[in-house]
Amino acid sequence: MASLVGSRVERKEDKRFLTGKGRYTADINIANQTYAIFIRSPHARAKIKKIDTSKALKASGVVDILTGEHIAQDKIGGLIAGWAIRSEDGSEMKCPPNPPLAKDNVNFVGDPVAVVFAETLDEAKTAAELVKVDYKELKAVVSLADTMKSEAIHEGIEKNLCYDWLLGDRQKVKEAFDKADKIIKLDITNNRLIPNAMEPRACVVDYNTASEEITCYTTSQNPHLSRLIMSAFGGVTPENKLRVIAPDVGGGFGSKINLYNEEIVCSWASKKIERPIKWVAERTESFLTDTHGRDHITHAELAVTNDGKFLGFKNETTANLGAYARVFGTVTPTYLFGPCATGVYVMPAAYSNVKAVYTNTAPVDAYRGAGRPEATYTIERIVDKAAIELGMDPIEIRMKNFPTEFPFKQTLVHQVDSGDYVAGLEKAKQMSDYDGFAARRKDSESRGKLRGIGVTTYFEACGIAPSPVVMMLGCGVGLWESAEVRFNPTGQVTVYTGSHSHGQSHDTTFAQIAADELGVPFENIDVVHGDTDKGTFGMGTYGSRSLTVGGIAIINACKKIITKAKKVAAKMLEASEDEVEFKDGEFVVAKSNKKKTIGEVAFACYLPGVRDEVKSPLPEGEEPGLKESAFFDPANFSFPAGSHIAEVEINPETGEVKLDKYTAVDDFGTIVNPTIVEGQVHGGIAQGVGQALTENAEYNEDGQLITASYMDYTMPRADDFPEFQLGFTCTKATTNPLGVKGCGEAGSIAAPPTIMNAVINALDGQEISMPATAEKVWKACKELKKSNAKAA
Amino acid sequence: MKRVTLEVNGKKIDKEIPDHTILSVLLRDILNLTGTHIGCDTSQCGACVVHVDGKSIKSCTAFAADLSGSKITTIEGLAKNGKMHPMQEAFKKMHGLQCGFCTPGMVMSAIDLLKNNKNPSDSEIRDWLEGNICRCTGYQNIVAAVKEAASKM
Repeated sequence: MASLVGSRVERKEDKRFLTGKGRYTADINIANQTYAIFIRSPHARAKIKKIDTSKALKASGVVDILTGEHIAQDKIGGLIAGWAIRSEDGSEMKCPPNPPLAKDNVNFVGDPVAVVFAETLDEAKTAAELVKVDYKELKAVVSLADTMKSEAIHEGIEKNLCYDWLLGDRQKVKEAFDKADKIIKLDITNNRLIPNAMEPRACVVDYNTASEEITCYTTSQNPHLSRLIMSAFGGVTPENKLRVIAPDVGGGFGSKINLYNEEIVCSWASKKIERPIKWVAERTESFLTDTHGRDHITHAELAVTNDGKFLGFKNETTANLGAYARVFGTVTPTYLFGPCATGVYVMPAAYSNVKAVYTNTAPVDAYRGAGRPEATYTIERIVDKAAIELGMDPIEIRMKNFPTEFPFKQTLVHQVDSGDYVAGLEKAKQMSDYDGFAARRKDSESRGKLRGIGVTTYFEACGIAPSPVVMMLGCGVGLWESAEVRFNPTGQVTVYTGSHSHGQSHDTTFAQIAADELGVPFENIDVVHGDTDKGTFGMGTYGSRSLTVGGIAIINACKKIITKAKKVAAKMLEASEDEVEFKDGEFVVAKSNKKKTIGEVAFACYLPGVRDEVKSPLPEGEEPGLKESAFFDPANFSFPAGSHIAEVEINPETGEVKLDKYTAVDDFGTIVNPTIVEGQVHGGIAQGVGQALTENAEYNEDGQLITASYMDYTMPRADDFPEFQLGFTCTKATTNPLGVKGCGEAGSIAAPPTIMNAVINALDGQEISMPATAEKVWKACKELKKSNAKAA
Repeated sequence: MKRVTLEVNGKKIDKEIPDHTILSVLLRDILNLTGTHIGCDTSQCGACVVHVDGKSIKSCTAFAADLSGSKITTIEGLAKNGKMHPMQEAFKKMHGLQCGFCTPGMVMSAIDLLKNNKNPSDSEIRDWLEGNICRCTGYQNIVAAVKEAASKM
């Protein structure tokens, strides 16, 4: 039987999506449901003086209206930060309370203060207009650069500072810098983004008055975690009385990791009003209240020798948490950022110092790449600047500082198990026709255009693990994953995973690996996820962890199945276990033609009566049935890496940047399904290009989000891209039996510096911030023209 | 309330609906055809594209009552006798979808493109699909799927 790992198998999930049969949360309706509309703060910062619901309560169709007072009365807990980060001085981080409905203060535009439940959506909307909230407006803290000098927005949190974190050794860095020939300095911002999964967030909640069980359908990347938080911290109801189902979910990119206000409120309220509740976000609500991403200001310095060797690196970063600290909010700018900030280079000394601060803006949390795009942007931009200042080629300076031996002890934290950065960059150089760039530049110039080429080499740390380490670093949970593999008596297999697909294709790839392990046809394997009542507790999907952690749990459960089935097969075949070999779905007795298929063995396990003269196929002490589970906690993160090269062409008359060529060479170790992996890379690159060229979440000085619709927030469209050229190298991960590394975030990590290095190359080294919009680039082109004229 | 008579995926529909019911709401909430998705509130995302009398429109931009007498096709109405439309097949073959949310709109829009242009170039496909946002695929395999479908239709 040919191995399915490595095959371009078409996706199991496609048929339902392509025929309109997908079942997303907003597609679900429950008889007798009410409709929820949340009343949200129109101010970035204010005190709630009074909420008057009296008129709204009398409006047509209104079932109930609940506020923060009701939340407090019922002692419903708030949203939490999942990681406790300590400051350099050893003090604990400072987090404000974040009740599901604000009672006393609102801290960003969109912060919910009340909720209306009505018989129809129109009635809920009409009644919501009648709720009168009396606010005392306060001056909003919006500018990230000025936050620490501004008035504290949360009681007891001085300077709006959550923590002041250090990773690395300041003294060693100072010594390295003292020895340097040159110090390269760079000030950059990592622009704030809005993840924008195409499916807006939603929840549909049903309370069963007989069993007292709450069922919450929701748009989540990790339904088990949502249940845990809602139960343990929200106090909504005990875990065994709460079922969270994340059915088909239309993209997440990090924005659906968090449990949100609306899910807690609707779950709690459904029990209170004894009615089902449906809430679906409008797109503007998504813009205002989904967690945002990135938003750093960084000063970085790189110490180099005149011949381009790196001696040391440091960065001072201010990271925006928004109004509240959420699940991955505090770890994203620290342990997901700092360790990767020295990039793929041998760096004798380094530190990252991050101040995470609160502002009156939407909470900031993980967005595709989470911390690693910010780290990679910092190092890859400063390395390019070093190349410019030293008069070196950007590929030459990178090659000069790559590690050549693996495992590679990276400067700050990671022990990188495998990689070959030289091979990746060589391949990207060749595929992109790097050497032909000068001719292409000339051609562009002949047409009055500016042309630039940009290079990035990156590594990232994903499949975040192992649990003892992450918990030591402050994580509130272990980051393992669960799997359960069940044979039905008639031979089909159901695989349950604690991870969750919201586009990543688990139904397909997980069935591929299980098919290989069990020798059962791909068609006969179903993958089930996303329902806390069906599968075992699991940690969900984020940080490119599904395959490297969840996939391995499936393999381990399959191995247990084979172990048991082999015992049973041996008994059935009247052979000793040692004589029986399992291959391609069959148990075969060595040097004989005696064999049993795994299907026959599974059947026997469920019907362990007389069979083939054997009294019972079950060896003494074995239980009937064929079902196994496994929890996998990897020994380390996985460390994908790669080299991306882009070319842009700029029209100096309009400032328009056209992305003309994009080449990506990535090393994801073993690839289970090349088609799916390519799709992940395409999508990641597109989001990275969006960050570099078009996307920006912008608040005005009053804290109003002025990019709160697709008319204002520039999502990349089909005509913004060339065809990406992809290539792969392969060094297998040594920390999991498949040799796989995460692939989901690579594109969004590598693309922003690749594009910006190209834009800056086209602008003759002139610094420009993301996004490189036509307006900014046009201004830069005018500056360039001026300075060129002066030089002439 | 207004009375609306439509043919939706070959079925006659005769309903009394509130005047302000937009087509996407009629399809999803009244006819339970939830394959048509709503991804925004400014007619930008294109997840709700359906065919009205054979032409693609964003169903969030039309009042259902104004379309009385029209023939509407949604993503649910494309497959014939259990066999998917060549465009649906092409999206599957070329991995033109990931989370599937924008997919119905993409497919409906792409079919209309091929009605107008049987053999579109990459840039013509990208240009046409400018009104459909996908956050997952980077559009590359969507373009490949439309070309694949063009070669089969």
